[in-house]
Amino acid sequence: MLFLSIALMYACSKNEDEVTPEEKKITFSVPVNFPAPVYNFEDNKLSNAGFALGKKLFYEARLSADKSVSCGSCHQQFAAFTQLDHKVSHGVNNCQGKRNTPPLFNLAWQKAFFWDGGVKNIETSPLNAITDACEMGTDIQTIVAFLKNTAPYPDLFKQAYGSTEINSQLILKSITQFTAVLVSGNSKYDKVMRKESAVSFTSAELAGYNLFKEKCTSCHAEPFFTDFSYRSNGLDLVSTDEGRSHITGVASDLGKFRVPTLRNIEYTSPYMHDGRFYSLDEVLEHYNSGVKASVNLDVQLKNGIPLNTTEKVQIKAFLKTLTDNEFIKNTLYSES
Amino acid sequence: MKLSQYFLALLCPIILLSSCKKNTDEVAADTRSTFSIEFENQVNGSPLVLNTTTYKNAKGEDFKINVFKYYVSNIKLSKADGTTYLLPESYFLIDASKTESTNITLKDVPTGDYTKIEYTIGVDYARNFAGAQTGALDPINGMFWTWNSGYIFVKLEGTSPQSTATGNTITFHIGGVIDPNNTIRTFTTEINAANPLRVRTDGKPNMHFKVNAAALFTGKTDVSFAALNMTMGGANSVIVANNYANGLFRLDHIHN
Ligand code: HEC
Ligand code: HEC
Repeated sequence: MLFLSIALMYACSKNEDEVTPEEKKITFSVPVNFPAPVYNFEDNKLSNAGFALGKKLFYEARLSADKSVSCGSCHQQFAAFTQLDHKVSHGVNNCQGKRNTPPLFNLAWQKAFFWDGGVKNIETSPLNAITDACEMGTDIQTIVAFLKNTAPYPDLFKQAYGSTEINSQLILKSITQFTAVLVSGNSKYDKVMRKESAVSFTSAELAGYNLFKEKCTSCHAEPFFTDFSYRSNGLDLVSTDEGRSHITGVASDLGKFRVPTLRNIEYTSPYMHDGRFYSLDEVLEHYNSGVKASVNLDVQLKNGIPLNTTEKVQIKAFLKTLTDNEFIKNTLYSES
Repeated sequence: MKLSQYFLALLCPIILLSSCKKNTDEVAADTRSTFSIEFENQVNGSPLVLNTTTYKNAKGEDFKINVFKYYVSNIKLSKADGTTYLLPESYFLIDASKTESTNITLKDVPTGDYTKIEYTIGVDYARNFAGAQTGALDPINGMFWTWNSGYIFVKLEGTSPQSTATGNTITFHIGGVIDPNNTIRTFTTEINAANPLRVRTDGKPNMHFKVNAAALFTGKTDVSFAALNMTMGGANSVIVANNYANGLFRLDHIHN
């Protein structure tokens, strides 16, 4: 609670205050146009050493079975931490996964993870990738043993947690210090919303924003551009991936997936849970003419979303205002 | 009853205040001590031997067990006067392949005579969705589902000639906490008042439970491995949980 209020205070203050000459203090900042986060570091006190360790682990390819794949291989910063140009995730031994890699940012506001919401806590969300034969293909015992025997990890754990003890809990908590700090809230859209000086939409962007509010926000709700619900937007008559029903076992959830965020959408191609669309044009054409009458199709989409050429151009112009270059290029998050 | 509760509530702060002044060794009422519980894994009365011994389920089908692990958590003790004590952070993973895990030690228990014990077979709702855990709940123990957050409460793996699965395997991973497929079950047993669990500063009592692995397959619904040989949560796991809810554990005796 205390930390949260500190974080909130930071968020309201100007960025410069956080920078000390020697070292930038890692903070978790809540943009003023965002609500309170779900994950608030209460049981995982954020520190520079914890963040640095988490980041190192995130980019450590030696954690995987064939030492070729790190978290960062599938979650690439220049693609807002998704895997560029890969329809589905690409893991160890050139194995192709089942689903498109989601981008990683604003995770501290999510109550559930994965396309089907199967994972319920950000701290446990890396476990599947670590153990999946098609992702990193290893297990926690192996990783713990590797870290215990590999410099400088024991020292880094000591700096972060005061002891050279290494266990899965500390590994997962430090990775979370990295992933939960990834906040993207400095796009042009955010600046316009916060009425920051000298930032305004062009007329095409504004027209696109108005169209978006009319046709898309019922699912892609602001400020995260998702309402975090599970729905079918009519990609297939019969979905080959069970989606949400894999978790709930309920037939009316078959083929439903979490409404994805549209922040940084310019950089997160390909799109949809299976990465079937490579461009935003294809996505918009899907809503315009391609929506299929799947059994669980969301009622709002039963007639698709008719969009003419001008409207498509305007919506695309608006979607590009969701790009947050400060986030994509922030060297704090880069492999060093 | 009500009135006396209020009276107690009023009195409590006074007692606490006055107890601060007193010398600590005078406070004999809240001494604490240790007891242990031994879980003797069996199959229908025979000792559980992993990998080699053949057992029969209630349908008369042969099976062998390679893995048998289960969680016991949130242990609660009651006295004859109805007062209860919930052991904080009591999470234990019993693994038939690790002898040391079958005898658990419970520390810092208020001394007294207990006439009832209850515990969760599995892990409470909240911990299934909590952040990274350690100890018995460490995912390293292979009892955590990574694609659908939550713990496997009871894991039994083995083989049966009747199983239609590849390699004749039987795979029972019981877990899940969301209705209608909630598999959290609580086990309660009374302790003979003539020989209660006597937690004393000068003694370390041991409770001895017999655990029948075959209870997964009978009780409410007799399971045939020809029909059900794999479950990882969901409706079939509920069938198994309903079977073992009462039949898995039996308090055999207490050494005071
Ligand atoms: C082989 C590619 C791959 C690797 C390596 C990988 N991930 Fe992922 N990650 C994915 C995919 C695919 C998903 C979505 C899974 C699904 O929806 O079923 C995902 C989902 C996630 C999510 C949930 C995001 C959300 O919005 O739901 C987090 C957090 C995450 N990964 C973190 C990590 C971390 C930390 C690591 C390193 C330990 C890692 N990932 C390694 C492919 C990968
Ligand atoms: C009824 C709810 C709903 C409405 C309305 C809706 N979407 Fe979606 N959208 C979804 C769902 C669900 C998905 C993910 C589907 C999947 O992968 O199976 C999605 C996916 C997307 C994606 C791909 C994102 C990614 O990272 O893969 C884009 C882009 C998108 N929608 C844009 C729009 C636009 C623009 C509109 C308005 C014209 C719109 N959506 C209206 C529910 C909706």
